[in-house]
Amino acid sequence: MINLDVKEVTQAVARLCQKSNFELGEDVLEALKKARERESSPIGKEALDRLLENALLAKAESLPLCQDCGVAVVFLDIGQDVHFSGGDLYAAVTEGVREGYKEGYLRKSMVTHPFSGRLNTGDNTPPVIHTEIVPGDKLKIGFMPKGGGAENMSRLVMLKPGAGEQGIIDAVTSAVKEAGGNPCPPLIIGLGIGGTAEKAMITAKRALLRPAGWPGSDPETAELERKVLEAVNKLGIGPLGMGGAVTALAVHAESRPCHFASLPLAINLQCHSARHAEVVL
Amino acid sequence: MAIWSIETPIEDKFRKKLCAGDSISLSGVIYTARDAAHKSLVEALKSGQSLPFDIKGQTIYYMGPTPARPGQVIGSCGPTTSGRMDAFTPALLAAGLGAMIGKGERSAEVKEAIKKQRAVYFVTYGGAGALLAKTVRKAEMVAYPELGAEAIMRLEVEDFPVIVANDMHGGDLFAQQIPKYRRK
Repeated sequence: MINLDVKEVTQAVARLCQKSNFELGEDVLEALKKARERESSPIGKEALDRLLENALLAKAESLPLCQDCGVAVVFLDIGQDVHFSGGDLYAAVTEGVREGYKEGYLRKSMVTHPFSGRLNTGDNTPPVIHTEIVPGDKLKIGFMPKGGGAENMSRLVMLKPGAGEQGIIDAVTSAVKEAGGNPCPPLIIGLGIGGTAEKAMITAKRALLRPAGWPGSDPETAELERKVLEAVNKLGIGPLGMGGAVTALAVHAESRPCHFASLPLAINLQCHSARHAEVVL
Repeated sequence: MAIWSIETPIEDKFRKKLCAGDSISLSGVIYTARDAAHKSLVEALKSGQSLPFDIKGQTIYYMGPTPARPGQVIGSCGPTTSGRMDAFTPALLAAGLGAMIGKGERSAEVKEAIKKQRAVYFVTYGGAGALLAKTVRKAEMVAYPELGAEAIMRLEVEDFPVIVANDMHGGDLFAQQIPKYRRK
């Protein structure tokens, strides 16, 4: 049994809020550079150049990559041999978000109630926290500031089992087509396939935490990712929806067993500013 | 495709020359407004109240910035999705709004209103908020400070990069560009 003071969690979360908003991962930068090489549209090339320039500037000057510093989505993978002391774990995560967004001069985008009042909470809390219990005595914290523009284009489709692979490809292509430039392509497309409705959604979100372009965990899913990517990149939507060859940088899918009557498909779109950061305590 | 440098507010004689796909460098005054501010502006119009700024010929930028650090003019300040403002836009265009800056496509109603009111819709680079901050020389609060990042601000910009997406002649950047790169 390992003891972990929740104050350490607060400090770690505060640092992750800032790091993820100022620095794009090397994997995403590489994917954007490759996209720039592949892109044929002059407007698309110009857009990708500006995005790469923006990433350099944001890191150098500790400026948020994007004014939308997102909903604070926190993934806690808690080793079953970890014991927390010094207070409430979720309150400690919330405090980390509060401190991180204040110290980092990050935008506070959370409102109190979804349809009534909609007053800004002033500190970007509450975060959305996803917890998993895993073997071991470590705590892994993943942090994803998720922008509203891309999240708004998310979708859950309960396909008929007979729809199969082609049904999945068609559903994703149609979601990306309808989203157009709104989610800020080139995208990383998170797919959760199987499970139940809610399990599919969280699976799609978690798939976005993989390094850009890493394949899914089984060969069939990895093959599906390639097919979806090819289909999406035929749409012509291009960087920021202004036309071009690169609409998506990668497709990250995960498959799970499901009921024999179901084929849940969750689509979670990630903008080109694919921000996330992790730490293990 | 032309490349122009234009002063805001944009005079009609320049606005009518703008064509979808043109790259424009804007300098002058622009006003920020996004979801909550649009709702308030249109409510003010409906109840016959005056708007917090004279909207005639002006440019609205769909944007809510990050807070400025001490010594900075503004924080990161890229565009938000324009489509969420579509329901409010025809009323603002009818009240004299001349130009809009955002990201993504507009509704058929907004495109019609742009033609009718001789306006223009520009897009700029979504997710390039740090870069765009470098073009802002001055930022001051105009209205609805209680909305935080959603308040209306008056910005003075220099060489702010935009692309004409919808012009008053019916030209549409998305309709022109996307089919060129679509593959079977």
